[in-house]
Amino acid sequence: MLIINDIEKKFNAGTVNEKVALSKFSLSLAEGDFVTVIGGNGAGKSTFLNCVAGVFGVDKGSILIDGLDVTKLPEHKRSAVIGRVFQDPMMGTAGNMGIEENLALAYRRGKTRSLSWGISHKEREIYKEYLSHLDLGLENRLHAKVGLLSGGQRQALTLLMATLKKPKLLLLDEHTAALDPKTADKVLQLSDRFVKEGNLTTLMVTHNMRHAIEHGNRLIMMHEGRVILDIRGEEKQKLTVEDLLKRFGQVSGEEFANDRALLS
Amino acid sequence: MFEIILGAISLGLLWAIMTIGVYITYRILDIADLTVEGSIAMGAAIAAFSIFNGMNPFIATCLAFVGGMLAGLVTGILHTKLKIPALLAGILTMIALYSVNLRIMGKANLSLLRIDTVFTPMENLGLSPTYSVMLFGFISVMAIVGLLYWFFGTEIGCAIRATGDNPQMARAQGINTNNMIILGLVISNGLVALSGSLIAQSQSFADIQMGIGSIVIGLASVIIGEVIFGTRNFFNCLISLALGAITYRIIIALVLKLGMPANDLKLFTAITVAIALSLPVFKTYLRPLKKSMNGGDL
Repeated sequence: MLIINDIEKKFNAGTVNEKVALSKFSLSLAEGDFVTVIGGNGAGKSTFLNCVAGVFGVDKGSILIDGLDVTKLPEHKRSAVIGRVFQDPMMGTAGNMGIEENLALAYRRGKTRSLSWGISHKEREIYKEYLSHLDLGLENRLHAKVGLLSGGQRQALTLLMATLKKPKLLLLDEHTAALDPKTADKVLQLSDRFVKEGNLTTLMVTHNMRHAIEHGNRLIMMHEGRVILDIRGEEKQKLTVEDLLKRFGQVSGEEFANDRALLS
Repeated sequence: MFEIILGAISLGLLWAIMTIGVYITYRILDIADLTVEGSIAMGAAIAAFSIFNGMNPFIATCLAFVGGMLAGLVTGILHTKLKIPALLAGILTMIALYSVNLRIMGKANLSLLRIDTVFTPMENLGLSPTYSVMLFGFISVMAIVGLLYWFFGTEIGCAIRATGDNPQMARAQGINTNNMIILGLVISNGLVALSGSLIAQSQSFADIQMGIGSIVIGLASVIIGEVIFGTRNFFNCLISLALGAITYRIIIALVLKLGMPANDLKLFTAITVAIALSLPVFKTYLRPLKKSMNGGDL
């Protein structure tokens, strides 16, 4: 579903501040794979996700989604096949627009927008139905501005928006990092459910080792812009946080440096 | 006195069109677009020159609208494709338009005295010039409010609003934010030029200087409208803008009547807008003060 061939990304190339964020990075995901991505500070996790989403281009290599080469496609065109949830709950929704308007924008992802009404009566029923599944009472607040919702509610809504039109690839970029532990768990449960119901191919970046181990069918660990561990299947099911830390030490020859990851 | 108020209302209705244009960029797209300073004069220049040379005033007014849209297109391309900051892109177009407008008119001002304008048909029906402007202005504002209310409810209109609200989210939902910004600037400046062309026709002359300070007048009208007449929903908002523009004109007419020198007008407007824009800051200062006074700590 997703094939990444030897991509490379440098920031501030040619200056003293040059930073190689990704080097010779390759990865291939089968349809329905739910891959968790973990790594230390500055390992290149977010850069990797942003390269796939098209936020910025890559210097070398190619990215294919379901056979389509998207390497040169701008962000908004790639969005036709990609659903995204961001770390910042404010990022994924338009705060000054209503809940139903946000959903209507997501419903039209990948479609050419015309001068027909931005939202129809028929859609409203669909949205109510979907919102009731979130179990947050949002189905009765279709007109409410999204800016009035809590971070957890906004993240749940963004998740719904990302999957409203079934994406070929779902990108979750530390989407629970800004939430309190209880809300984070709820949003993670929702993510699991959406991924399962839609059999979505998913990449989830997280700084939480426990989350990385408990969710998905495959785990990759990044270090200095490369994949250093790729654990899947039965091996992943048996994995513990201690194992992961030990294996990180063996492969990289360093202590795992991510204060947030160790504390949580 | 009554005459002065009537004049202010009729002029306010024409400025309302410009205010709605400023609102599209300033509030919906979240861009302070200075192109308007040039495009309002451009609308006046195009209409005045065309009418002066015998063109049907209605066609000339449409031409002014198209001219403004082109100005917006230039700013949009400078900003989105050439990555020039929005404020600077607007300033560049504004400065360029000064020369363009001189080219259009051939001189610094053009008189339209005793020449038929869009208001003439109504005057022929027996209405006084002030009432003609008022009626024509009212019909135009209502038509534009209706059109924009419809447009910003469509898929494309919603995409423009999302772009101004959260461009990152808009791109993630497959919206080409660059094109939406350009489209917003095109519509906005089209309206501003339309307003300029009507103002020139109502006062029977076009002047190269007439755009100076117009962005501040537009912002003042937007803020007055929002504060006094509310922003409950989009329709209410559009009406508030029109009422804000009229209120601004009435205020100006009154302070002039009270004896303020006309030369100080721009200073007065600038101070008003500065205070209105800084209200949120004052509020945050005032809140703790209020609290400590109510809390009885002192």
